Order: sequence, then structure tokens, then C-alpha cells
Amino acid sequence: MLWLFFFLVTAVRAELCQPDAENAFKVRLSIRTALGDKAYVWDTNEEYLFRAMVAFSMRKVPNRETTEISHVLLCNVTQRVSFWFVVTDPSKNHTLPADEVQSAIRMNRNRINNVFFLNDQTLEFLKIPSTLAPPTDPSVPIWIIIFGVIFCVVIVATTLLILSGIRQRRRQNKESSEVDDAEDKLENMGTIANSIPCDSLNMKGGHVNDGFMTEDERLTPL
Amino acid sequence: MAQALRPDLLVDDGEDGRPRWDNKFQYLLSCVGFAVGLGNIWRFPYLCQTYGGGAFLIPYLIALVFEGIPLFHIELAIGQRLRRGSIGVWTAISPYLGGVGLGCFTVSFLVSLYYNTVLVWVLWYFLNSFQQPLPWAACPPNLNRTGLVEECQGSGTVSYFWYRQTLNITADIDHSGAVQWRLLLCQAASWAVVYLCVSRGIETTGKAIYFTALFPYLVLTIFLVRGLTLPGATEGLIYLFTPNVQILLNPRVWLDAATQIFFSLSLAFGGHIAFASYNPPRNNCRRDAVIIALVNSMTSLYASITIFAIMGFKATSDHGQCLDRNILSLINEFSLPEQSISRDSYPAALLHLNATQPGRVAQLPLRACRLEDFLDQGASGPGLAFIVFTEAVLHMPGAPVWAVLFFGMLFTLGLSSMFGNMEGIITPLLDMGVLPRWVPKEVLTGLTCLVCFLSATCFTLQSGSYWLEVFDNFAASLNLVTFAFLEVVGVIYVYGMKRFCADVEWMTGQWPNIYWRMSWRAVSPLLLLGILLSYIALLVHRSPSYKAWNPQYELFPLQEEKLYPGWVQATCMLLSFLPLLWVPASALAQLLARRRQEDTQLDTGLKPQDSGGC
Repeated sequence: MLWLFFFLVTAVRAELCQPDAENAFKVRLSIRTALGDKAYVWDTNEEYLFRAMVAFSMRKVPNRETTEISHVLLCNVTQRVSFWFVVTDPSKNHTLPADEVQSAIRMNRNRINNVFFLNDQTLEFLKIPSTLAPPTDPSVPIWIIIFGVIFCVVIVATTLLILSGIRQRRRQNKESSEVDDAEDKLENMGTIANSIPCDSLNMKGGHVNDGFMTEDERLTPL
Repeated sequence: MAQALRPDLLVDDGEDGRPRWDNKFQYLLSCVGFAVGLGNIWRFPYLCQTYGGGAFLIPYLIALVFEGIPLFHIELAIGQRLRRGSIGVWTAISPYLGGVGLGCFTVSFLVSLYYNTVLVWVLWYFLNSFQQPLPWAACPPNLNRTGLVEECQGSGTVSYFWYRQTLNITADIDHSGAVQWRLLLCQAASWAVVYLCVSRGIETTGKAIYFTALFPYLVLTIFLVRGLTLPGATEGLIYLFTPNVQILLNPRVWLDAATQIFFSLSLAFGGHIAFASYNPPRNNCRRDAVIIALVNSMTSLYASITIFAIMGFKATSDHGQCLDRNILSLINEFSLPEQSISRDSYPAALLHLNATQPGRVAQLPLRACRLEDFLDQGASGPGLAFIVFTEAVLHMPGAPVWAVLFFGMLFTLGLSSMFGNMEGIITPLLDMGVLPRWVPKEVLTGLTCLVCFLSATCFTLQSGSYWLEVFDNFAASLNLVTFAFLEVVGVIYVYGMKRFCADVEWMTGQWPNIYWRMSWRAVSPLLLLGILLSYIALLVHRSPSYKAWNPQYELFPLQEEKLYPGWVQATCMLLSFLPLLWVPASALAQLLARRRQEDTQLDTGLKPQDSGGC
């Protein structure tokens, strides 16, 4: 009698947890991809831990605080490591609705991942979308900072260049105006021949022109 | 001495107040910087890859020897001899040919507008490379954070960043959209940098060119060393350089080789004429032409080795990912243990599973993964830089460093070419005396940069990238080839071969030998005529369509082919032919002016003076 009852129970439980059963979810783990050499073996103890985490997540849902580990059923465990699970109600006759299980898992996804050292991509709950992390935008985008730096440098360099150009031109103007002044002075002193002011030439009666001959050159050397 | 040269053009000692290069190296670097541009990085490797790898070098070298170097020598020689910018040079050669100079000036202006826009995009990517992870590494999440943005999932992260977050592109050229303020800011910065370097003409560009011309070589070397150590680089190099001599029978190869040499050396812009006009009159321009042309081609080869190494790495990496995806599908479907199928054992495993359970295998989304397919995915132009290479950089460890280096290199490459473009605009303006003498040069360059900046804001619209393609395809190609043809014909047949050879002998000390004379007289003009006719034939045949990025397209992420609307086609025609109209218009104006002068002189009884056309 007891055996029959046990058989019935297991049969019912087997029916509750089947691939593509109602309210059943498929889970797929990629332990070796995530951990490489430090990968652990997936055995019944790990399965127990998984069931415990699911039960823990369900207990956080209002009205489901009495979920036990025994209410979580696993089946069809493959070598891939993938399996199906359902959560039953305390009577163990019906499975809890998929929405409740889904929202419970989504709320605690991070903790479940951390327990197994996996992440959203290596511990997949097919049909349960994961909530993506918010984009970590800094308050000022980085490109604006770099842009500001470059632009300021360019503006400063351009201003310096223009100022130095103005200074150079002013200096050139001053120099050229100095040369002009010197020339003007000579002009004002009278007529110039070969930049010797004619006034300095002593016009004695007009037949000795010191501008052309000095004492030594009166007689040409042999 | 040059017997027939007009006395007012004979300047023996360079004491005419014209700015001068500080030293020969500066001049060579400026010309090399002008010639070596973005095309060396993203056009030549693509052509090499498409046209049979190493075999492409044959038409390329032939075009270099018979078209590139002779034309280049002519430009440098006339600039150095006549010591004017492009407009002055052509009015000096013959007053009826002044239109050629005006046309070159117009094309330089149009090209500088859209060339700087590419620099704006490069600057934007450069600014965004200073973060880890790079912004084009992952898709942003959608509004309710349940998944990634749909458009990004369809197109891939890199394309999404380029088309949506950079360009914010509209679905067709009709819808202009709004001005993208980010790109406008970058454009202001870019033109500010250009102004900073060009403000005093060659005095400032001569200093800046030391950095902007040499930095790209440094970065190329770094990338080459890094690229050769990456897995898959050698496969890339072998596959892409293996010559396929059969392809030389295709006439397109020869046309593309000739056009590549032509545009790679930046001929007919007037920039080289301007640079050469600042040289001392007795400078060996023949040796300069050969050196610069060879350096340009060597740079193209060097760059393509680097690019192919990195593309080989990318192809290997993509191939590996393709295999991994297939393996994952198999493992998940048949619940096999993880990592039970390696990349090497995948074909055997697939065969076995296909034999035992073909039904289930057929349902799986398995892609055929062949390394050659990935190696064949070539790209040219902005696609190479902003989509393919950025994706390759993502896979390299230390991605932000490589991205910063790469975009910094592209920016300096483009900047040194911009210097040449701006000289092609500013030198003629200075020579024509557009502004009075007392206005400092900085004001003229500032006004030019301001006008260019304001005109180029149309490229920061959402449809800007489509317009850039229009400008790239229609404003430059036909006009430049025509102007180069007119250049050769004008110098050799109007100015006179004897006179020109005498000038060259005066400058370099050697009469040009038979190779130069043959090339100038026959080979180069014929080649240019051939290119011109093929261009026109292709233009007529090609349907005026463009590829649009339309997320609503059913074959998205493939680009939708759309026809240009009527008004855009009209703009294309205008861009192609308006600069050419300067030539007949200027000749006609000169003719009418001469007639009027002769009439008035006959009326007043004066002897007709030899106006000389100065």
C-alpha cells in the first residue's frame, strides 16, 4: 500500500516536472566557460543548492513564505548541464503560476548568479529575461572633457600666435619708421650726393671741391 | 638662360619678398604630407585586395612611372619657375588659360569642405576613444531596460555607433534632419586647428608639418609590429598579397590604378604649385618630384601591409567566433557536455550528428564558416576606418590605446593634406591681392577658414554623410582629371616644350631626357584622356543611386539602394561641370577684354601695347 502511494506520488511529481510542462522553466549552465580550470562538477549537492535558492526566491514573494526546498522539482538533468524545474504549492498537486516564479527569479537573479559564481550569460533561465544593468554614464561625458581640453589649448595657441604676429609687425613698423626718420633727417639737411651732405663741402670759390679730392690724392701715385 | 622667358618673370635670386621654406626638408615633408592622405590608408589596400593582391602593383607602378611622376614634375616645375599660386601661374602661361587656375581653386575649395568633414568624424571617434570599455563595444539598453536597442541588435554595435550615435543618419537624402551639435562642435575644433596651423601660411604649416607628417609613420610602425604579433596576421598577409595575374585582363584594374595614382599624389589641386612657388628658383624639382612620388607609393604599400595584418587578425577572430556560435548551437541542442567539441573537431562532429539526426540539425541556424569569406570582406573609405577597423580594435587587448593611436594617426594624416588644400586656396587669393596689402595674412586665412567652416555645416546635418558621398563622387574626380589634362596640354603645347625644357634646365641644370619628353608629349595626355573618357562612360552608365541606412528596410542591416531625387541629380551635374566652366568663361572674358582694349586704342589712335598678360 505504501509502495503504491509512493509510486503515485512520484508519478504525479514526474508529471508536474517535464520538459515543456506547464509553468516549467529550462535552465542551462555553462560552468566550464565561466570558470575554466576552477569549474566544479555539477552533482546532486549542487542541485540541492539550486533548489534551495529557488525556494529562497519564492519565499520572498508575499503569500509564498512557506515554500520549502521539497516544493522545487528538478528533472531531465543533462550533461550539458541543463534541466527543467517547477515549483509546486504546499499540496504538491499544482505548480505555481509561471509569472510568480519569473518575477521571483528576476528579483533575486543577482544572488542566484553569485552563489554559483556565474553571470546572466552563463546561468541562463530560458524564457526569463534578465534586467540589464543601467548604463553607467558619468555625469559629464568623457568626450566633452577631452574636447574642452583640446579646444582651450588651440584657442590659447592661436591667441599667442596672433599676438606675436602683431608684436612682430609693430616692431617692423618701428624699425622701418626709424630708417625713414634717418633718411628724412638727411633730406632736411639739404641736397645729398652719395649721402654726403652738400653743406659740409666747403665751396671756396668753386675750384677746389674737397668732396672729390683729398690732400693725398692731388697727385696720382705712379 | 631661358631665352624666350619674359623679363619680368626672371627672378634669379629669390629676393622678391615671397615667403620661403626654412629648409629643403620642410618643403619635402609638406609635399609628402599633402600627397600622403587618408586614401593611402583606406583606398590603396582595398584596391590591392580587390584586384588580385600583388598583381595590382604592376598597373600601379606603370601608372606611377608614366602618369604620376611626369605630371608631378610639371606641377612642381611651373610653380617653382613662375613663383605664383595656381591662378597666377596659368595667367602667366597664357591669359586664355587663367580659367584652369580658377577651376583648380574652386575644386580645392570644394574638396577642403568635405575633406575636413571626414576629419571631424575622425576627431569625434578620437575623443570617444579615451574610455574603457569603448562606446562602440556594447549596445545601449532600451528604454525599459529589458533588452538592447532593437536597431543595434540588428546591425551590430559598431555600425550602430557609426550610423546612429555619430551621424544620426536619416533614411534618405531628402530628409535633411537637424544639425548634430556634437559634430558641429567637433567641426569648430577641427577648423580651429586648421586655422592655427595655416594662419601665417608656410611659416606656421612648416612648423606643424614636422609633427603631422611624421607621426603617422610612427603609428603605422607601431601598428605593424603589433599587428604582426596578432594571431591570423600571416594568413591575412598571404591571402591578400597572393597575386592573381588573371585579373590584369580586366580593364577596370588599369583604370583604377591610374585614378588611384592620380588622386593619391593630389595632382591638379594647385597645392603643389603653391608649395613649389616658395622654393628658391634654382632647386632640383625633378629630383623632388621623383622622391615625393616614390615616398607616397612606399607609404601606400607600408600602410597596406599593416592594414592587411590587422584585417587578417580580424578575419581569424570572426571566423573563430562563427565556429563557436555553431558549436554552441550544437551543444545546446543535443545537450552535449560543454567544450566537448573543439574548433578543430567541429566538422567531424557536425558530420556525425548530421548522419545520425539530420532532422534536428537542419533546424539549427548554422552558418557556413569559411576563413576566405571573412578575408574577402574588404572595405574602403570611411567604412574601413569607422566600422571594420574599430571592430578589429575591440578585439585587441588594451583597445582604447590602439583606438587613440589609430584615430590620432588618421587626424594628422588628414590635417597635413588639409594644409595643401588650404594653400591651394590661400596662395592664389594672396597673389590676386583680394585684400589690401596692409591687411595681415592672418586675417585672410581666418576669413577663409570661417567661410569654409560655415559652408561645411551642411555636412553636419543628419543626411550629411550622403552629401559627402555626392561631393566625393562628383565634385573632384572629373574636374581634376580634366584640369590635369589641360595642365599638360597647356604647358607642353601652349607654353611650349622647348621653353619649358629650357626652364627646367635653368632650374635643375639638366635638359629633360627622352623619358620625360615622351611622357609629357604623348603618354600622360593619352592616359589622362583615357581616364577622362572612361569616367564619362561610367558616369553615364551608372544609375545615380546611393546606399541608404534604413532601419525599416526588410533586409536590414543591408543598406537600401535608393535613387537620387531630381534636385540632387541636378546638384551632382552642377558640381561636376561648374568648375570646368571657368576655363571657357575665363578665355571668353579675356577675349572680350582684349577686343575692347584694341577697339579703344584704335579709337584714340594709340599704338596697341603689349599687355603681356601679367
